[in-house]
Amino acid sequence: MTSKVRAVFGMPKRLNRSFTVSLMLFALLAVFGSFMVLPLIYAVNNAFKPLDELFIFPPRFWVNNPTTENFADLINLMGNSWVPLSRYIANTLLITILGTAGHILLASAAAYPLAKYRFPGSKVLFTIVILSLMFSPHVTAIPNYMVMSWLGWINSHASIIVPSLAFSLGLFLMKQFMEQIPDALLEAAKIDGANEYRIFWSIVMPNVKPAWLTLMILQFPALWGTDGGSFIYSENLKTLHYALSQIVQGGIARAGVGAAVALLLMIVPITLFIISQSSVMQTMATSGMKE
Amino acid sequence: MHTRPAGRWSLLKRDLYLSRHYYVLMAPFMLIFFMFTVIPVGISLGLSFFHFNMLELPRFIGWQNYSRLFLGDDVFLIALKNTLLFAVITGPVSYIACFLFAWIINELSPKIRAVMTLVFYAPSISGNVFFIWLIIFSGDSYGYMNGFLMRLGVTLEPIQWLADERYVLAIVIIVQLWLSLGTSFLAFIAGLQTIDRSLVEAGTVDGIKNRWQELWYITLPSMRPQLMFGAVMQITASFAVAEISIALAGFPSVNYAAHTVVTHLMDFGTIRFEMGYASAIATVLFALMLGTNVLTQKMLRKIGE
Repeated sequence: MTSKVRAVFGMPKRLNRSFTVSLMLFALLAVFGSFMVLPLIYAVNNAFKPLDELFIFPPRFWVNNPTTENFADLINLMGNSWVPLSRYIANTLLITILGTAGHILLASAAAYPLAKYRFPGSKVLFTIVILSLMFSPHVTAIPNYMVMSWLGWINSHASIIVPSLAFSLGLFLMKQFMEQIPDALLEAAKIDGANEYRIFWSIVMPNVKPAWLTLMILQFPALWGTDGGSFIYSENLKTLHYALSQIVQGGIARAGVGAAVALLLMIVPITLFIISQSSVMQTMATSGMKE
Repeated sequence: MHTRPAGRWSLLKRDLYLSRHYYVLMAPFMLIFFMFTVIPVGISLGLSFFHFNMLELPRFIGWQNYSRLFLGDDVFLIALKNTLLFAVITGPVSYIACFLFAWIINELSPKIRAVMTLVFYAPSISGNVFFIWLIIFSGDSYGYMNGFLMRLGVTLEPIQWLADERYVLAIVIIVQLWLSLGTSFLAFIAGLQTIDRSLVEAGTVDGIKNRWQELWYITLPSMRPQLMFGAVMQITASFAVAEISIALAGFPSVNYAAHTVVTHLMDFGTIRFEMGYASAIATVLFALMLGTNVLTQKMLRKIGE
């Protein structure tokens, strides 16, 4: 009997498992799972609510008469403003695509020697990377601003894109993953006369595709959700997330449009994760830090 | 003919020459990494001993920024207290939650496991919709929490959740926890799946009776590298709370009730342009994060002993 119930809950048979405890843990998972997912479902529902339902009292969770009006309003509203929505989307896409692709390339190139060879400075460099995981970028925000202004990058997309290329968590994960590539593979290529750049490009890179996706899933949401921080001031350089916060601040009349943009913003990284989940897991399995 | 025994320098020179391709491969990343991470840390440390407002030349003032910070700045002490509160509550709670949920999820069949992973991970990547919580905790009767409590008859009047210093910090902590199952959660799930099943079977033969013993004697020790990584991620995040506080409680929050070290840093760095003072704040934050991380790593080495 219990084995049938187990199968329903998707619990494979394991040794040393008390069924009651399994059920309790599963209930715990369900309760906290709802806490995690309900706000997101609510956000989806909100995006399809007509205005009168958004302001119904008492408030309702589910949408009764779903409508796509909010999305139409969004397009109208942004079409009338002097920087159209497409501009915000184009800016966000530029930042996200360049930042993510560049990061994967640069982090892989830097990770390959660190993962596979010992050379003067390799240990020190990797230790610095590990140490940099231990503090958040907020610590360097002030000097970063100064460096940006010296470079003349204030008010340009470079100020968002370039620093994101050297995101140290990406280098760390890529290096851990690359350590799994068998040395024999690299040596065979060397005997065939390939130089280091060729080995990197045509042997190492294709072998670390799961890690590409992982770096992507870590980098993408951050860039996709960037509001330009303290670096971008020009309206025509601003990002989608900035547009969203403007709309949300616009107050009650725009609540529906705000909900629509929120859905637009969250759906992209979540979809990306769904697509790449198994590759991401494969990479994260190598993420451990040795003592 | 004998070759001269190679001196230290010529050996290094040869090593450097042989490794030249590696440096070329690393150069682009390291250049940017040093420019926007390593050098700024140095600048921040140095600048914290100066008075600097971006207009005049920096003026050396020794430890004055630090003494002002700890002795003359009441708001900083509030920020520090809140940040430590965040670190003490959200740090361990989210860390344990990451592991606990990963551990339970690991018992499920692959398909359900994938769905549950998404459920717990999704908030942290769709993080920018945390303003949903603004609607939930909205101060009028249209707010979900107020609507819910009023319908139940618990309260008669809507509560100003985000404008009342009694509630605002707790709400920011709840939302922070909601968002905090990120990279380390994934690392734990992945790590659990790589544990050698034969180790568990051998343990059963050796007399492991239930899942708790299995957890302590087999699972946790096998997961130590992932646990280390997860700790670094969670600690760093729990000290860096700012965006959520600003989004929910405003900037500055009521009576600085949700003020953190990072929002204090933003206040002096980007609004008052007291760069030296802001750098001192950043340095204190840096020391806090690094110190806690090193301490935690030492503690984690004792697991399963």
